[in-house]
Amino acid sequence: MIVTLLQLAGVFALLSILAIGGGAGVLPDMQRAAVAHGWVTPHEFLQMFAISRAAPGPGSQIVVLIGQKAAGLAGAAVAFAAMFGPSSLIVFVTARFWHHAEHTAWRGLVERAMAPVAIGMTFGSGLALMHTTEHGLAAYGVTLAAMLAFAFTDLHPLAMLAIGAAVLLAAGA
Amino acid sequence: MPNRDPRPSLASLFLAFANVGMLSFGGALAAWIRREVVQRRIWLDDNQFLSGYALSQLIPGATNVNLTVFIGTLLRGLPGAVAALLGLMLLPVGIMLAIGALYLRARGLPGGAAVGVALTGMGAVAVGLNLGMGIRLARLNIRKMVPAAVAAAIALAIGVFGFRLLHVLTVMIPISLLLAWWRGPEPRA
Repeated sequence: MIVTLLQLAGVFALLSILAIGGGAGVLPDMQRAAVAHGWVTPHEFLQMFAISRAAPGPGSQIVVLIGQKAAGLAGAAVAFAAMFGPSSLIVFVTARFWHHAEHTAWRGLVERAMAPVAIGMTFGSGLALMHTTEHGLAAYGVTLAAMLAFAFTDLHPLAMLAIGAAVLLAAGA
Repeated sequence: MPNRDPRPSLASLFLAFANVGMLSFGGALAAWIRREVVQRRIWLDDNQFLSGYALSQLIPGATNVNLTVFIGTLLRGLPGAVAALLGLMLLPVGIMLAIGALYLRARGLPGGAAVGVALTGMGAVAVGLNLGMGIRLARLNIRKMVPAAVAAAIALAIGVFGFRLLHVLTVMIPISLLLAWWRGPEPRA
């Protein structure tokens, strides 16, 4: 139990400081680690990801579900603290400093350099999740449709999640 | 920060972000945070909000959680950061834990298989939402070949070749910084 909690803390604290451009970018590494430790299967990971996207609050709350499955309520608490603690601390330390640097050259440089990194991570994460979660043909179609709908329309994400569930049920997957 | 800044009470910070946390079904939290903090309560102006949003994306961690901590810190220091973060997360995490417990039990029951299929469909949508977010961000932020190549290299390394994030970032962040420095600032339109 203690060992599991320490493993949860280690895995999520590392992901917390790697999550540039948001929580979505670390999902492939999170899946790999959670599966390797035997906390979830790849398929459970996808379903937990779906729950965390459909529930209110940030999508990275998936860590709470993984922690809960691995080690109950204590696991959920440790996963939460490890995922959000380190990054929050960095924000707290840099917030005022950053605010005063608004027109400096280094801030512009950092912004220009990190934007493509964050965008590349977002795409890479989506691609990796598709081929590690046993996507069937119907699921690929749903993913593609949701990508286009989110990028180019104002359809509410919750409506898309409901449609996706209905399509796979109808397809009898 | 200018002196005229309002100093909201910790309770009102907590409530403002509790509101955001519960309203933000299916993502798009940043838009809700802006509505609450800039439009409704007028604690920050749009410039301060955007500066915080930029930092929240640069700094590792969930963007919207970072943005919440940033706003709490600017308005009320450490207690403000804690109040805003708890406000955002307390109820949603409670709901998630309840759903998670149900999910872990439902799988063995009759009907559990249908729940699994529905969740797989929702998961497929959720992956699509992430990819769609990438398209949106790319359309807003990438207009030149060099940054586009950096983004594409990272996407391929992670998504197709399956390299570990730590290795990809250790190589690509210095490269991206060097390229940005070498190319200089973009001329403003």
